[in-house]
Amino acid sequence: MATTTTTAPGQPTTLVGKAALEVDDRLIVAGPLRRTLNKVFPDHWSFLLGEIALYAFVVLLLSGTYLTFFYDATMTEVTYEGSYAAMRGIEMSAAFESSLDISFDVRGGLLIRQMHHWAALLFVAAICVHLLRIFFTGAFRRPRETNWFIGVALLVLAMLEGFAGYTLPDDLLSGTGLRIFSAVFLSIPVIGTWVYFTVFGGDFPGELIIGRLYILHVLIIPAILLALIALHLLILVKQKHTQFPGAGRTEHNVVGHRLFPTFAGKATALFFIVFGLCAALGGLVQINPFWLFGPYNPAQVSAGSQPDWYIGFVDGGSRIFPPWEIVLWGYHIPPVLWGALGIPGIMFTLLALYPIIERKLTGDTASHHLLQRPRDVPVRTSLGMMAITAYVVLWISGGNDVIAEKFDISLNAMTWFGRIGFLVLPPIAYWITYRICLGLERHDREVLEHGIETGVIRRLPSGEFIEVHQPLGPVDEHGHGQLAYGGASVPKKMNQVGGARRAIRGFFSPIEEPAAVQRQAELEARGLESEQSSRELTGSGRPSEGGRPSEGGRPQQEPRD
Amino acid sequence: MTTTEHGPGSAGGDNTSGPHHSGPDAEHSPQQLAAMDRTELDRLGARYDGVEVLHVEPAAPPGSPLEKKNTRQVTLWFALAALFAVAFLVIYAGSGWFLPSWEWEIGGSTWSAIYTPLLGATMGASLICIGVGLVLYVKKLLPHETAVQDKHDGSHFDRVTTGATLMSSLENSGLPRRKVLLGTIGVMGAAFGAMLIAPLGGLIKNPNTGNLLATTPWAEGVRLLREDGTPIRPGDQQVGSLETVFPAVEGGNRAADAAVMLIRLRPDQMDTLVPAEGREDFGYGDYIAYSKICTHAGCPVSLYEQETSRILCPCHQSQFDVTQGAKPVFGPATRSLPQLPITVDDEGYFRARGDFPEPVGPSFWNIGRLD
Repeated sequence: MATTTTTAPGQPTTLVGKAALEVDDRLIVAGPLRRTLNKVFPDHWSFLLGEIALYAFVVLLLSGTYLTFFYDATMTEVTYEGSYAAMRGIEMSAAFESSLDISFDVRGGLLIRQMHHWAALLFVAAICVHLLRIFFTGAFRRPRETNWFIGVALLVLAMLEGFAGYTLPDDLLSGTGLRIFSAVFLSIPVIGTWVYFTVFGGDFPGELIIGRLYILHVLIIPAILLALIALHLLILVKQKHTQFPGAGRTEHNVVGHRLFPTFAGKATALFFIVFGLCAALGGLVQINPFWLFGPYNPAQVSAGSQPDWYIGFVDGGSRIFPPWEIVLWGYHIPPVLWGALGIPGIMFTLLALYPIIERKLTGDTASHHLLQRPRDVPVRTSLGMMAITAYVVLWISGGNDVIAEKFDISLNAMTWFGRIGFLVLPPIAYWITYRICLGLERHDREVLEHGIETGVIRRLPSGEFIEVHQPLGPVDEHGHGQLAYGGASVPKKMNQVGGARRAIRGFFSPIEEPAAVQRQAELEARGLESEQSSRELTGSGRPSEGGRPSEGGRPQQEPRD
Repeated sequence: MTTTEHGPGSAGGDNTSGPHHSGPDAEHSPQQLAAMDRTELDRLGARYDGVEVLHVEPAAPPGSPLEKKNTRQVTLWFALAALFAVAFLVIYAGSGWFLPSWEWEIGGSTWSAIYTPLLGATMGASLICIGVGLVLYVKKLLPHETAVQDKHDGSHFDRVTTGATLMSSLENSGLPRRKVLLGTIGVMGAAFGAMLIAPLGGLIKNPNTGNLLATTPWAEGVRLLREDGTPIRPGDQQVGSLETVFPAVEGGNRAADAAVMLIRLRPDQMDTLVPAEGREDFGYGDYIAYSKICTHAGCPVSLYEQETSRILCPCHQSQFDVTQGAKPVFGPATRSLPQLPITVDDEGYFRARGDFPEPVGPSFWNIGRLD
């Protein structure tokens, strides 16, 4: 591999080398580039969730730009004369007509439109799951509060962006959603009617709203999203990624793979897979067939009108909120304000402020770069499950008419389930989660103290039967393990400590021969022997983690009870 | 480790770089670097960036059967990706040329129905094959390397020096002393900001102009028309049925607040009819007319269940009882659906006796205070 040079030392001899020198002479990028390529990223599947959101956003930008070539954001009434025979001769807005054209008269337009819609659903979903991962592992703690705030802002903007986007076809379903939004604007105390007239440029629906939503959807919100995503990533790179605790991992280092080539290769692969998934869904699974709903008409509605999934909880809140209209000196505060603005408002405020709330409650102001396992922070985990439960009740209530119809349940009973469930189920979820966390914590301690259950039953001379336990480390005179819990996953099966071969692959039935697996494990163990000394640092204390070859040898410690 | 300290001064007019800006080049001469192989250079650079490579599990050795097998696998996935991409191009461009047309038609030829699914399947498959191929490449053909990088806390030196630079500039500007100037700059900033956003004022519309919120196109003498524009006589409608009607004015069937449900009650419903107070004469015979716009969030309330005399809004499930002045009996709605006073004109067609006595649609702040 060594390069020997006949010219002056360090002077490039190859064409690429010379070109690189020319570039670096002008831009001086070699240093920053090396720093970037050398940057270490920790490896865990849950760290890919935010990446999925990022790649979905890229798909959205690409497919969305394509759609703007054909879409016409005007509400001028036209008579449809295109290919879709069922709508011919019907009066509709130019926005609806151009959406029909994209779906029926543009070659491949339907694919891109549906890909765009699926990518949007995936974008918000990935943000939500990413947020839950950050929450439950405590990754929002100091110094990462700023990125948490940015993340919550991104979520809210992504939802608004999605709403603005699916309203653009100006069809009956989205128009109904827009009408509900208009009622929410109207419900704002004191300035509601002013906001309503300002947004719509007059009484609903007017002739401006689609054009205004369009510029929000394609310019204003995407620009803010793009800026915030860039800031989010810059801060992430600057602060370095968090990692789960494990051997060799501290608050002052990052253990993982360098950006190039491993991390870059995997990240690029994920981009293609996300893109491919959106494309496949866009082609194979119909989404928002607005030509079945028809153009918007304020006097029409179809039963079972559902918004996109991420707006469902707002709808649910409006459905289950009791008919309490506050009337003071002739001024009205209608219930839709609480259901559609109050509940989400409180929810997102609490969400955004959570890092501050937790810091106040726990008094923990230290910097943290090691993540926590959810079980180790039972209160936070339980609060999270409580919030998720409340959200799910609202979300289910957003589709309570569909559930009532499909399962033949009384619609009013579903509404009452939502009303009572929203208040009663979250505390129950808190209690159950708390108990589960404590149970898991205790089990970890027990395994550390008494060792792994081997499944080997031994009969003592006295006649007593005992199960043999495999200690995880050195033991004291009573046979109790002396390892302290380090915040990392504790091995609980013999094959996780190399005391048995790894599990046989296969979901319903084995797809490989146990003997072959054993042989392979022994072979690999021999190959790995030279690397024994540094092996501990490759995983989070579990040599078999991530499907990597297990050690395969017998445990060093003799089993004892 | 990251940067060498920056000293004052420079090399002046000398045509060599300053002594304090050479960085690692001072420690490693070109000759030294030339004597190192690539791996050593890579590790040296990594160490310079605070990265230590702990452990490398080499990839399968070149030429070994395992390596050949893995290479074949990766090649196969990339070949599949290329194949699907070509299939996409053939389907996309070939449709309507040597393949049947993709365009939609009534009854739908098989080809036009599977055109978009085929495009999605081939494009998706191609992209996913690239992704899978890349994953396999990283996992099976690259060495597995575990590295550790130091994480640095903020530097006290950086804080103190940056703070000094900023504060000395602020002090030199004299702003803290020049209170009047500082205040003026504050006022200027506020006024400037207000000026920038002021043009947005053009968006604001006065909701009280024209009293649009309290009025609808309905008025004394306006006929009730069906969607197709035909007028209605008593007796046209089945007993117990509901028909959506619109005011006989320009754009009446498009207005957001004008849709009305004309309901013909059954005799037993007539027996239990309890009209709202002061509205006993709003109906005509067994006909009554209510606004179709929900008082909760403005959806058209459309689902009329004859047996229970209830009208259900499909958006949030508010339910209104038509025999009790359409007052809300379940769900989040709080106000009754406004009732339209109707009668029959000289030609025997239904007409309105006036506008709704109250605002139509969702509640708002001053709904109770409109004229």
